[in-house]
Amino acid sequence: MAKVLHSAPRYATNEGVRDALCAALGSMVVDSIEEFGEIVITVKRESIEDALRLLRDEHAYQQLMEIAGADYPSRPERFEVVYMLLSLTKNHRVMVKVSTDEATPVPTVTTLWPVAGWLEREVFDMYGVMFDGNTDLRRILTDYGFEGHPFRKDFPLTGYTELRYSEEEKRVVYEPVELAQDFRSFDFTSPWEGADYVLPGDEKADVPPVDDPKVTEKPSDTGAGAKADEKAEEKVSAGAPAEEDTGIDTEAPETTEDQPDRKASEGDVHDTKGATKPEDKE
Amino acid sequence: MSGLTYEQSPTTEGEEISNYTINFGPQHPAAHGVLRMVMELDGEIIERIDPHVGLLHRGTEKLIEYKTYLQALPYFDRLDYCSPLAQEYSYVLAIEKLLNVEVPERAQYLRVLFAELTRICNHMLNIGAHVMDVGAMTPNLWVFELREDCLNFFERASGARMHSAWFRPGGVHQDVPLKLLTDIGDWVDGRLPELFGDAMSLVTDNRIFKQRNVDIAVVSKEDAVKWGFSGPMIRAAGIPWDLRKSQPYDVYDRMDFEIPVGTNSDCYDRFMVRVKEVYESAKIIKQCLAEMPEGPIASEDRKVSPPKRAEMKQSMEALIHHFKLYTEGFHVPAGEVYVATESPKGEFGVYLVSDGSNKPYRCKIRPTAFSHLQAMDFMSKGHMLPDATAILGAIDVVFGECDR
Repeated sequence: MAKVLHSAPRYATNEGVRDALCAALGSMVVDSIEEFGEIVITVKRESIEDALRLLRDEHAYQQLMEIAGADYPSRPERFEVVYMLLSLTKNHRVMVKVSTDEATPVPTVTTLWPVAGWLEREVFDMYGVMFDGNTDLRRILTDYGFEGHPFRKDFPLTGYTELRYSEEEKRVVYEPVELAQDFRSFDFTSPWEGADYVLPGDEKADVPPVDDPKVTEKPSDTGAGAKADEKAEEKVSAGAPAEEDTGIDTEAPETTEDQPDRKASEGDVHDTKGATKPEDKE
Repeated sequence: MSGLTYEQSPTTEGEEISNYTINFGPQHPAAHGVLRMVMELDGEIIERIDPHVGLLHRGTEKLIEYKTYLQALPYFDRLDYCSPLAQEYSYVLAIEKLLNVEVPERAQYLRVLFAELTRICNHMLNIGAHVMDVGAMTPNLWVFELREDCLNFFERASGARMHSAWFRPGGVHQDVPLKLLTDIGDWVDGRLPELFGDAMSLVTDNRIFKQRNVDIAVVSKEDAVKWGFSGPMIRAAGIPWDLRKSQPYDVYDRMDFEIPVGTNSDCYDRFMVRVKEVYESAKIIKQCLAEMPEGPIASEDRKVSPPKRAEMKQSMEALIHHFKLYTEGFHVPAGEVYVATESPKGEFGVYLVSDGSNKPYRCKIRPTAFSHLQAMDFMSKGHMLPDATAILGAIDVVFGECDR
């Protein structure tokens, strides 16, 4: 891994821990990665309880600090449940993951840590992940009588209901959400870095190249060459007219007709201003 | 709902004595916010407590998914609004861990300094509130003066009393004036120990205070570990576990401080751990002030932290960086980290999943109060109804953080 420059919490070294834990967990392990100084072990869903019991009892990960849910709708098993374990004696952290979908329950770990009760309730409330064996799987953070699982990626940010105090009914009423303005999500990602839309005028940029391009390899292909030059010599154009000073100043031509002078206009109307003056000004 | 069942006592002799259920909160001054507890009482003895949390749930984690990394930062101030900078700390460190960005030394010292100031600020509120929950008024008013001082320091550093948004990925937002540092130094040497010592002299040996707290809600070491305790709650149980010491971040490894540990694991110990922590925080603050070097206060990596305004007037490059950082924001490499710091209330963690874009894919916040409050049921069992307020006060719960 690259040199550690950041100053985030430094705990005991990860050296060899991943291999040791994977070896201990054996066939329960599906995948394991070590990235950004974090060890993440994905285990089979059915064996999460056994895996965590083994880590707690044999490998001194005494504390379950957190259970986090996450939603990846594009995966066949869209939900991930992540268990953050902490070893007080080894001063080390490890994350253990399982994946599941809406219908398949995950075995509970309340048998190992009582703290898991609320943590699992929260994941259930937010994502709708079921925990098999949790006897108290009620909603925890959302409102009484709430429907849906708000942290799923397909749940809108604004939700579906809003509530207000109704003066007529003298109680809080629930109504469908009505927004004066839609939620505005600005896309600031620059068009030359991973934007998935075409800017106006950029359509031609992606036109595929022609298979057999037309090329002019020899000068003759262009119609040029000695023959063409000869032919060109035959055509002698007339020389440019000589520029001589005639010494005559061109003057304005004399009038050809004898026109009488115009009569002076009568009245006080000399321009359009007067003509357009309203009559009934006064 | 099982919490509302009306259970029959097995008492014989024709008398039917039954437990009864009362509703504590959500609008109760000792509930420290909007906590509703359905309590099942046998006379005045608590049989069972079912805390109903979530009345302050605002969907912070969902909102963060729709914001860039920098835009999401102020949400952390609004979680535990009694110790805002401590919440920002975890988030900022999580981003830095994913980006692997180096933070200049002065910024690290400033962050430690203000995190400890936040700790004092938080403990002032909790100590005062806990004392008031069990009947004493005066100490609360005195320690609130100290809290006010802390908030004034925050205001002078960031411009905001509570919601500072001052820690930034790569450092802090602005440098502090020298006068502020000297004022903090004077305050830590003078006003803080004087006023705090006075206030605590009224409480720590007070007969009534001890009667209300000693031997209340004793939690064994094993239980403290099993129930996911952290912070003063696990230290009061006699486990010297402090993330600042065991998993140091920034310059905590250079700091010389003690970890106060309880012996009896009751509410009184939890209270005293916090009292001692205030003095330890003061020690760290003094050390920070003495050792803090000069230098930049944010990373020089212009792809993460914005340039100074003066620089923008001269350099086109700087202007572009500023524009890009405040519109598009920076992109964080795909991956996931869990970063936990020692907030005044315990382990405050951020599980950050990045998909390589400029917005977090998932940001799970690990609140401290959530696990502590869950233990409320077994901690209160067999205690009297008025003890519930003492237990709750000693947990140090803030609902902005618990409910998110």
